[in-house]
Amino acid sequence: MEQKSNSLMGWIDARYPATITWEKHLAKYYTPKNFNFWYFFGSLAFMVLVIQILSGVFLTMFYKPDTAVAFQSVEMGIMRDVEWGWLIRYFHSTGASAFFIVIYLHMFRALIYGSYKKPRELIWIFGMLIFLALMAEGFMGYLLPWGQMSFWGAQVIINLVSAIPFVGEGLSTWVRGDFVIGDATLNRFFSLHVAAIPLILVGLIFAHIVALHQVGSNNPDGVEIKKNKDENGIPKDGIPFHPYYSVKDIVGVIVFLMFFSIVVFFMPEMFGYFLEHANFEPANPLKTPEHIAPVWYFTPYYSILRAVPSIAGSAFPGVIAMGAAIVVLFFLPWLDRNPVKSIRYRAGWYKILIAIFVVTFITLGVLGTLAPTDGRTLLAQICTFYYFAFFLLMPFYTKLEKNKPVPERVTMK
Amino acid sequence: MKKTILIALLTLIAMISSSLVLASGGGYPKRSADVDVDDMASLQHGAKLFTGYCLSCHSAKFVRFNRVATDLGMTESEVMENLNHLGVKFGGTMTATMTDDYAKEAFGAVPPDLSLVARSRGVDWLFTYLTGFYADSTKTTGHNNVIFKDVGMPNIFWKQQGVQEPVYEEHEGHKTLTGVKNVTPGTQTAEEFDKDMRDLVAFLSYIGEPNQSYRKSLGVYVLIFLVVFFGFAYAMKKDYWKDVH
Repeated sequence: MEQKSNSLMGWIDARYPATITWEKHLAKYYTPKNFNFWYFFGSLAFMVLVIQILSGVFLTMFYKPDTAVAFQSVEMGIMRDVEWGWLIRYFHSTGASAFFIVIYLHMFRALIYGSYKKPRELIWIFGMLIFLALMAEGFMGYLLPWGQMSFWGAQVIINLVSAIPFVGEGLSTWVRGDFVIGDATLNRFFSLHVAAIPLILVGLIFAHIVALHQVGSNNPDGVEIKKNKDENGIPKDGIPFHPYYSVKDIVGVIVFLMFFSIVVFFMPEMFGYFLEHANFEPANPLKTPEHIAPVWYFTPYYSILRAVPSIAGSAFPGVIAMGAAIVVLFFLPWLDRNPVKSIRYRAGWYKILIAIFVVTFITLGVLGTLAPTDGRTLLAQICTFYYFAFFLLMPFYTKLEKNKPVPERVTMK
Repeated sequence: MKKTILIALLTLIAMISSSLVLASGGGYPKRSADVDVDDMASLQHGAKLFTGYCLSCHSAKFVRFNRVATDLGMTESEVMENLNHLGVKFGGTMTATMTDDYAKEAFGAVPPDLSLVARSRGVDWLFTYLTGFYADSTKTTGHNNVIFKDVGMPNIFWKQQGVQEPVYEEHEGHKTLTGVKNVTPGTQTAEEFDKDMRDLVAFLSYIGEPNQSYRKSLGVYVLIFLVVFFGFAYAMKKDYWKDVH
């Protein structure tokens, strides 16, 4: 320290832990060397966050949260009159969907490699809180363009609140700030979308990464690299995050940006999934659209909601099921009793269970975009049953697994 | 073996799911609009039809005349003389000739703004709609539409198109509308009329998103840049990682 004190960095380091932080979290943060494809999505999620914040800042400069002019401020102001406004908005609308694609894949990675298991339970819980905050962010942001789907989608979801017995009606009025979705609702959703939830998100992401760096990353073999250190105390299977993973993640970022650009520049509506067709009509409280579908990233949970039959005309059981479908994920670290982390060394039939889970989750998602028929409702019920059985029976079936031997060191396959 | 069972199982689930998921559809088959928003002649002709006919009742209040001039390669005087019938300012927007109050009295509702109709309805729907009016004496307008049943809008192009009658197909007592046939020729042949409507839909598509052509052309350069960038980034990654085994 004494020697450095003459340099600029020495001056800063005496007052602020710049070099220490750099080394602890990047240059001397040892990461398993065997990360595969699935390990790109953490850094990609971070980049999508940056895209959303930057594009959001510029959109906020031109957007007007007032039911009389909100639609026009988006479709005429931002999309036509503001220089490059269309591009910034497509970044933001595509970024919203991209965020969920990346996060779903990031969560799937955790599922197959057991990244939620001891000692990483808190990373998983912070991650789940991020997922919840992201859903709130997406839901509130979708109201802002004040199109038909903005209005009616919010109407359907806020009405779910009123399905709660006794307090529901009062609660939904409290959420709306009015007896109907109106200017008060739009104003508060705008405030929450641009200030409150982004702050919460950034805080949670900080905690997620701090927790990760406390215990170190898991890897596709589920081997703890800190158990095998060399004489200098450096994990034998670890490599510094910077430069190894910083240069690798740049490659991932570019490939991601290629897909992202294909959507932004060639199919920003993504066939009505990223920008719904009905949302190009201004909100009209007197005209209910024929078919109300939430944006695709909510549809698996929307399907679960619809799959559960209502009791005495109340949709409350469905609301409970939808909430439970998310809450159950928080308990994943304690539901899975198999000490082996990676799917590579777990029973073959467990892989089949996961594969079916993926199919049912996607099926629920597709069904949620469609109008219900008897056959579709039955299919949604079967999928909902599997969704809950997969998690709730985990404490029993994971004990029955015959594991393969887990290697001492990571493998490079 | 396990993999075979797994694949068979997943295929089965996927087949059952997709049959249920896709078992919908129906509705009147849409005609393909096949518009080209880079064809300036088509867009200019569409603009003339749009401002000459549609703007009488409908507005396109997000569309500015000066923007149309720039994008369609027209001069200010061309636009002001041929398209701007209400005499609004060059930088002004396309408003309807008819007032809202009059529209409510005459049609019971204000005709929808058409700025974004190509994005909410789709170009194929619009083309099918515009060419799909048929005679129906039970309606006050004297016409009905194949894809927008009991629409309030009169068939404004009947002189050009002539009169069409509906064609039904009977199946187990159910009558389904399957098409239309021309019974009285109009001033245009079917091909000429289709071309006019195609130009009109092309213009509607353009005003729905005036940047769409530029967006796509810019996208090509962005992707080329990313491919080049990928080459360098991948080479850098390879170089850094050559000692990791």
